[in-house]
Amino acid sequence: MTTFTARRKARIDELAGGRSLTSEAFRRLRRDPVAITGAVVVGLFVVVAALAPLLAPHGAAETFVELKRDLRPGTIPGPMEGFPLGSDQLGRDFLSRMLLASQQTLLVGVLATVIGLAVGVVIGTIAGAFGGWVDTLLMRLTDVLLAVPHLLLAISVAALAANPSQTTVIIAVAIVGVPIFARLLRGSMLAQRESDHVVAVTALGVRRSAVVLRHMLPNAIGPVIVQATLTLATAILDAAALSFLGLGDADPGRAEWGLMLAQAQAYLDVRPALAFFPAVAIIVVALGFTLLGESLREALDPKGSR
Amino acid sequence: MLRFVVRRLLQVIPTLLLLSLLVFWWLRSLPGGPATALLGDKATPERIAEINRGLGLDQPILTQYWLFLGRVVSGDFGTSTITGEPVLSEIARFMPATIELSVVALLIAVLLGIPLGYLAARYRGRPLDVATVIGTLVGVAVPVFFLGYLLKQYIAVDLRLLPPSGRLSTGIDATDVTGFAVLDGLLTREFDASLDALRHLVLPAVTLATIPLAVIVRITRASVLDVLGADFVRTANAKGLAPITVRSRHVLRNALLPVSTTIGLQVGLLLAGAVLTEKVFVWGGIGTMLADAITLKDYPRLQALLLMGAVIYVVVNLLVDISYAVIDPRVRLS
Amino acid sequence: MRSARRLAAVGAALVCAVSLAACAASERGQGGSGTPADTLIIGVPGTPKHFDPLFASDGETFRPSRQMYDTLITHKRGTAQLEPGLALEWTPNADFTQWTFKLREGVKFHDGTDFNAEAVCFNLNRWVNLPSAAAQTQAIYYADAFEGFTNNLASAKDQPVYKSCTAPDPTTAVVSLNRAKGAFPAAFALTSLSISSPAALQKYNGDKVEQSGQAYTYSEYATAHPTGTGPFKFESFDRTANTVTFVRNDQYWGEKAKVAKLIFKVIPDENARKQELQSGTIDGYDYPSPADWKALRDGGFNVLVRPVFNILYMGINQKNNPALKDLRVRQALAYAIDRESLVRNQLPEGAVVATQFLPEAVAGYAKDLKPIPYDPEKAKQLLAEAGQSNLTVNFYYPTEVTRPYMPNPTNIFTALAENLRQVGITVNPVPQPWNGGYVDSITANGVHDLHLFGWTGDYNDAGNFIGTFFGRNKPEFGITDQSLFDEVAKADGTVDPAGHAAAYEQVNRDLMSKYLPAVPVSSAPPALVLRENIKGLIPTPLTDERYFTVSKG
Repeated sequence: MTTFTARRKARIDELAGGRSLTSEAFRRLRRDPVAITGAVVVGLFVVVAALAPLLAPHGAAETFVELKRDLRPGTIPGPMEGFPLGSDQLGRDFLSRMLLASQQTLLVGVLATVIGLAVGVVIGTIAGAFGGWVDTLLMRLTDVLLAVPHLLLAISVAALAANPSQTTVIIAVAIVGVPIFARLLRGSMLAQRESDHVVAVTALGVRRSAVVLRHMLPNAIGPVIVQATLTLATAILDAAALSFLGLGDADPGRAEWGLMLAQAQAYLDVRPALAFFPAVAIIVVALGFTLLGESLREALDPKGSR
Repeated sequence: MLRFVVRRLLQVIPTLLLLSLLVFWWLRSLPGGPATALLGDKATPERIAEINRGLGLDQPILTQYWLFLGRVVSGDFGTSTITGEPVLSEIARFMPATIELSVVALLIAVLLGIPLGYLAARYRGRPLDVATVIGTLVGVAVPVFFLGYLLKQYIAVDLRLLPPSGRLSTGIDATDVTGFAVLDGLLTREFDASLDALRHLVLPAVTLATIPLAVIVRITRASVLDVLGADFVRTANAKGLAPITVRSRHVLRNALLPVSTTIGLQVGLLLAGAVLTEKVFVWGGIGTMLADAITLKDYPRLQALLLMGAVIYVVVNLLVDISYAVIDPRVRLS
Repeated sequence: MRSARRLAAVGAALVCAVSLAACAASERGQGGSGTPADTLIIGVPGTPKHFDPLFASDGETFRPSRQMYDTLITHKRGTAQLEPGLALEWTPNADFTQWTFKLREGVKFHDGTDFNAEAVCFNLNRWVNLPSAAAQTQAIYYADAFEGFTNNLASAKDQPVYKSCTAPDPTTAVVSLNRAKGAFPAAFALTSLSISSPAALQKYNGDKVEQSGQAYTYSEYATAHPTGTGPFKFESFDRTANTVTFVRNDQYWGEKAKVAKLIFKVIPDENARKQELQSGTIDGYDYPSPADWKALRDGGFNVLVRPVFNILYMGINQKNNPALKDLRVRQALAYAIDRESLVRNQLPEGAVVATQFLPEAVAGYAKDLKPIPYDPEKAKQLLAEAGQSNLTVNFYYPTEVTRPYMPNPTNIFTALAENLRQVGITVNPVPQPWNGGYVDSITANGVHDLHLFGWTGDYNDAGNFIGTFFGRNKPEFGITDQSLFDEVAKADGTVDPAGHAAAYEQVNRDLMSKYLPAVPVSSAPPALVLRENIKGLIPTPLTDERYFTVSKG
C-alpha cells in the first residue's frame, strides 16, 4: 500500500473500525446539543423539501403580472401582498422558488450521495470480501481517485458531458464520494472477516454471499451513515460550485439553491436578498449535515468523545 | 532513512502510472473522442481522420498509451485550442500567480490555525473554544465564491481598503523578473510595486485560506486534546516538570505530527479552491486557466492541468510522508 | 508553549501586515482618482485575439484596432453617417463599378513611412491575394464585402468584387470593381478594411496565418507590431496581466489624443468590472449590465447609452424538425412569446420591440410594419391547425457572454422558454458557452431547432443585416426557399439609394408575412460607463468608439 494519502486513508480506516449504531451511541447523541442542533436542522430541511410542493404557494417557473408590472433590469419588486419575499429577476415568486429549491437541492445531494455510496459499497464489498489481487487492484484505483482534489475531480467529470444538465451534476458529485465509501466499506469488511462472529457463521456452512450480505454488510453500516451525512454537506457545496463555474443545470427555470445563488450574482446591487437567501440556506443545511455527521462520528468512536 | 525515501519513491511510481492511465482513458472518453474535442464542432469526417492519424489514434491502444506517456514525460501536452500556444508555456506563465496565492493562503492558514487550534484545546469548553469550533464548522460550509464576493464587496468596494481584483494595479510601473509580483518588487527595489502586489493578495488569499484554516484548527485542536490525555504527559506532569516545558516539549511537538500531514493534504484543496477564488478575483493563474479551459472546452489544457494537479498532490504528500518520517522514527520501520 | 507563542506572534505579525497594507490603501484611495493622471484605463470584457483588423471578427479584437488605425471613409462620431477618413472625397463612376478616392496629404504611419495612394493599393491587393486558406477563412469581413479572393482556397466562392487599384498620383487611388455592390461606399468604413503600413506588413510577415487544431496563430505583425495611422500607437500586450497599452501618436494628422496613455484592461466578469470601477481602479468599462445602470448612476458614474443599432431574434432552424418547415408553426412561435414584457422586464430603457429584422435607423426599415402581438390563444390554435399541439424543440442559448443586443441571455431564454411552454410546446434547454461551442453549433453545424442570436450593424445598410441573415442558405436557419434568396439578392443589387431602400422595405414586409424564418425580438441599446471626471467620449451606434477625444479631469 502506498502511503502518500496514508493519513487520509488511515482516517477512513479508523472510521471503518467503528461499531454499528448501538443504543449506547444513541444515548450519547440524545444528550449532545450539537447532535440535536444538527438533527433539527436536517430534519426541518427534509420535511420542508418533502412538503415543498404543498408549502409553496406557486410554481417555480410561473410568472405573475403583479410582479412583472414594476420589474425592470435595475429594480426587482420586494415583498408585497401575496408574495412575502417579493419577486425574483424574472417575475417569479421568490418564496415559492426558495421552498421548491429545497427539494431540488436535497434531490441533487441525496442522489449524488446515494449513487456514490452504491458504487462505493459495491467496490468496497468486493474488495473486502475477496481480498487478494482484486482488493489490491480496486484499492489502487481508489488511491488514484483520492489523489485528485475532490472539486477538481467533479469538474473533470462534469466537463466530460457535451451539455451540462442536472444528471451530469449529480454524477460528477457522486464520483467524488465513490473512493471514500469504497475504502470505508473495505476496511469494515476486512475487520469483520477476522471477527469471531463471521468466522463462526462461516464455520456453520452459510453460503459466502449470505455471509457477506447478511452478516458483514449490516455491521459496517454505522460508519457509512456517518460518512454519507458528511458527504451530503460537501455534495451540496460542490453542486453549487459547479453551477458557479457554468457546469450546472441546463434548465434555468428550475429552482435549486446553488443555481439561484450563481444567477443572483448579477443582482447583488439590485436585490441582494436573491443571493443571500439561497446562500444562507446552503450554509445552514451544509452546517446541519456536518454537525449531525460529526456528532454521529463522535458517538460511534470507541475512544469516546474528544 | 535513505532506504525509506527510496521505498516511498518506488511506491509512488505505480500510482502515477495508474493516474496517467486514468487521464489517458478520460481524454478518450470525451464526447466524440479527442479529435472532435480538438476540432470542436468544426469536425468533418476527413479532418477527424487526419487528426486521429496525427495523434497516432490509428495505432493499437497500448502503443497509443506508450506514445502518450512519452509525450507527457517530455513535457509535450499539446497546444491550447484557445490561444494556439503550447500548454506547457502557458502553465509556466500562469503558475507563479497561483503559487504566490497558494503560499500566502497556506501561510495564513498555518500561522493562524495552529495557535488557534492549540488555544481552543487548552481552554476547552470555554467561550474561545466554542467560538473557534463554531467558526471552523461555518468556515467549511460557506461556498467559497460567495465568501469571496462578500469580502470584495465590503472591504474593497464599500470601505475601499483593498483593491477588488487583479494582481497589480494597472498602470503601475512594475518590472517582471520571476513572475512572482511581490518578489519582483523586492528584487528590483520597486517597493511600492511589492506593496501593491501584497495588497492585491490579501482578499483572495484570505478567501482561499478559509477552508484549510478551518481544517487545520480542527485537527490541531483534536490532536492537542489527544496528547493532553496521553500517559506520557501525565507522567511528565507527575514528575513535576514546569507546565511550560511540558507544553512545548511534549504536547505541541507530538500534537503537530498529524497536523503536518493535514497541511500536506491542504495543498491539493488549495489547487481546487483556486479555481473558484481566481475566478472571483480575476486572478490570472492556473485556476483561471482551468476555468477558461472548461467553458471553452480546451481539452489539451484540461488534460495537462488535471495531470499536473494530481502529480503535485502526490509529490507533496510524498514530501509530507518523508518529513513525517524525519520527525517520527517509528514511521520508518512500519 | 514557547513555540505556540512564537507561532501566535508570527500570526499576529501577519495580521498587522495585512491591516497595514489596508491602511496604506485607504490613504491612497482617499487621494481622489485611483488611476494615474494622463492614463485612461478602460475595463473591457474580452481578450483581443490579435491586432490586425483584417483578420478580426469580434468586437473585442476590433476595439484596439479602432484606436490604432484609420479607414478611408469613417463614421461621423456618434452616428452611422459617412464622413472623410484617410480619403477626403470618394466618387463612383456612372454604373458604380469604379471608386476614385482623393486622399489626405501629409499623413504618416506609426513607423514613419508615408501614407499615399501606393499604400492604399498595396492594402487592397494584400486583401484580395491572401496566400493561404487559413488567412482567407479569417478575413471574414473582407470576404463578406468583396465576396472572394484571387485564388479561393478556403471555399468555392465567385470571382471577387475587387478588380484592380491604380495610383495615378500620390493622393489619388482608383479602385475598380468587377460588379456594382450596394454595400459600397459604406463598406470602406469597416474597421476590417483599415489601412496598414506596407513596410511593416512586409517586415513582420503580415499575411502569415496558421491553423493548429482549432486555434489560429497569427503573424508577428498581428501580435506585436500593428502599424497604422491612428491617434494611438501600440505599445504592449501583457498576456499575464491581460492588458493592452497604447501611447499617444504625437504625429497624428487629426486632433491629437488628450491622454498620453490608453490601457484596455480585460476583466471578463461583469461584477468584477463594476467593482473595479466602484473602487476606483479603472476609469470606466464597456457594456455595464442593464441591471447595474441605476446603481451606477446613483453612485455618481456616467452611464452613456448608445443609440440603438442592433437586432435580437429568436432563430428557427427548419432542417432538423420538420414541423418548423410549416409557416403556421413558426407564426405560432411568434404569437406565443410576450416580447412586450420581455423588453420591459429584462432590457434596458431605450429598448424597443422589433417589428422586423432591422433597427429603425437603417434605410430600408418599413415603418408600416406592426409588431406581431402576444396572443397565446392564437398560437395554440395555429399549432392545432398544423397538427403540432405536442411540439418539442431543442432551444439553444449561449452562456458566458453578454452581447450588445442581448444582456443576460439566460434570463431572456428563461422568459421565452416559459412563454413557449405556456402554449404547450415542450422545450429542451441546451446551454453552451458562446465561444465554447454555441457559435459553431448555430452557424456551422445547425444542430439546433431554436436559438438566440442577433447582430449589431457594421455600417448603415439594410444588406448588412438582412443579407447577412437571409442572403443565402445557412446552417443557422436551414432555409431551402430560393425565392427568398433571390429577393434579397435583387434588393442588394439595386444600387441607387432610394430604390435600394424601397426594395429592402418590401423584403422586410415579405419576411414578416410570407417567410418568417425567425422571430425578431428587440433592439436594445448597449451602454458604456465612465467616472464623472472622464469627458469627451462619444458613444456610437456601431459600438466603434475611439478614445482620442477623451480627457481626464
